[in-house]
Amino acid sequence: MEIGKDLTAASSTPIVLAILAEKDSYGYAILQRVRDLSGGRIEWTDGMLYPVLHRLERLGYVAARWEVSASGRRRKYYRLTSGGRAQLAEERRQWQAVDATLRSIWQALSVSVGAGRPASARLTQGT
Amino acid sequence: MPAQREAASLEEQVSQWRSYLRRRQAIHSIDVAELEDHLREQIAGLVHAGLAADEAFLVAVKRMGNLDALSREFAREHSDRLWKQLVIVPTESGDSRPAPRTDAIVAFCLAAAAAVLIKLPVLFGIRLDQNSGFYARNAGLFVLPLLTGYFVWKRRLDTRTPRWLMVAFVAAGAFANIYPFAPRGYTEVLAALHLPIALWMVVGIGYAGGRWSQVAGRMDFIRFSGELFIYYVLIALGGGVLTAFMAMIFRAIGIDVEPFFQRWLLPCGAVGAVLVASWLVEAKQSVIENMAPVLTSLFSPLFAAVLVAFLAAMLWTGRGVDVERNVLIAFDLLLVVVLGLLLYCVSARDPRLPPGVLDFVQVVLVVSALLADAVALWAIATRISEFGATPNRFAALGENVILLVNLAWSAVLYFRFIRGNGSFTDLERWQTNYIPVYALWAAIVAIVFPPVFGYI
Repeated sequence: MEIGKDLTAASSTPIVLAILAEKDSYGYAILQRVRDLSGGRIEWTDGMLYPVLHRLERLGYVAARWEVSASGRRRKYYRLTSGGRAQLAEERRQWQAVDATLRSIWQALSVSVGAGRPASARLTQGT
Repeated sequence: MPAQREAASLEEQVSQWRSYLRRRQAIHSIDVAELEDHLREQIAGLVHAGLAADEAFLVAVKRMGNLDALSREFAREHSDRLWKQLVIVPTESGDSRPAPRTDAIVAFCLAAAAAVLIKLPVLFGIRLDQNSGFYARNAGLFVLPLLTGYFVWKRRLDTRTPRWLMVAFVAAGAFANIYPFAPRGYTEVLAALHLPIALWMVVGIGYAGGRWSQVAGRMDFIRFSGELFIYYVLIALGGGVLTAFMAMIFRAIGIDVEPFFQRWLLPCGAVGAVLVASWLVEAKQSVIENMAPVLTSLFSPLFAAVLVAFLAAMLWTGRGVDVERNVLIAFDLLLVVVLGLLLYCVSARDPRLPPGVLDFVQVVLVVSALLADAVALWAIATRISEFGATPNRFAALGENVILLVNLAWSAVLYFRFIRGNGSFTDLERWQTNYIPVYALWAAIVAIVFPPVFGYI
């Protein structure tokens, strides 16, 4: 399953913020975590994560620091700031609202069309 | 051992990838380090999963995504990076040249010294409004020795070259002030105009450091001169705005700043700006796209079109060149502009590239300028005796011949290059070798003309 470009872009902020809310992390580990959490359904282009991280850093949601990893390489770690925590809460409310709306409409569709086959089939084709 | 060889080739591949990434303007080296850490971690993970190192590298690079798209994303996030910054803020590169800050301090101190120097004669009763001839003759000497000194310091020249440069300046100063010029005479004006041109080559020798004998060194000086001119004009415009505001707000409280402006701000600013502009050109050298070549490629086609239209109109209407006093100077200036366009086209062109559209435009420009000038020269030659042989006319004629020779041979070299019989470096060498000819003629006009024409 391929997730559309706009949806990927929109969801990247809450996903990255939430992963960083678990613990401080760096690019590669964040991507691994996304892969694990989505069961491989969400595949980001690796490089594209970094402009997202830099944007969050500019907005003050995350703070970065350089550390030397076990392999001896310099590695950039990201940490969620208090501003980022507030943003995550806000994003969470918004996504829950979207999610709840979608849930209700899926339910309404399946109820009104019985098995719901023709209508939902048309809808999934349209998306 | 194969494992070792594999590791070595992986290192090579990664460093190639890194240097490829570094060429992207929007991706800074600090980001490259971050992305490289990612790439290596990915490769390690894939190798751990059983892939060979080179396969792992390919997969990791592919997962990283299209570099153009990535660089676009970086550019969108860091749009400020596309506007190259001046080197007023220190750069990351740790080279051994004088730190930008010291450089700036020295440049501004020299600018202040130039401002002091131009006010110094006032102490001896030589005032700008009463002795304009003195200031005009010595205009170059107030600032060019300091500029040369700046480059001598910056390039850390040995002591021998600077000594000769110094001798040139002292000699120029002697000639400018010992000759008994008739006040506001022809020869005084000519000397005032030509001495700075001759001395500009002395600055060039200082600028090029030990590289004056090389084509590349002289070409760099040509580039520097063009950029300096543009910066100087920009600074002058800024200065104009500043003085306009100053005059306006001080007038509001009933103070007239005009005398201050004329006696202090204008002369001090004019000489100081040369040094500041030079420092800026040096500082931003490789940081900002050079402006002179950009303007050249913009205006070459337009000038070519104007000249072709001029020739066509002349043929169509059958009108000859209306010979009046300043027509020779007008055509001299035309040739100077065309030469400038050619020069800055040459200076910015990669000599390895095959001939392109702009090269044809340059040839059209040069040939049409030559034709226009030939027509004008013909018209003047038939009537030169009527005007009498003044030093002005001789100087203008000499300049015309010098420029004509340069452009004619440039056209030949350009033709050869376009037809594939010669290389572009021939043209570069011709242009850079010709620099001393201008200086020599300027020196002759400034030094030999006055006694020959009796200082009129």
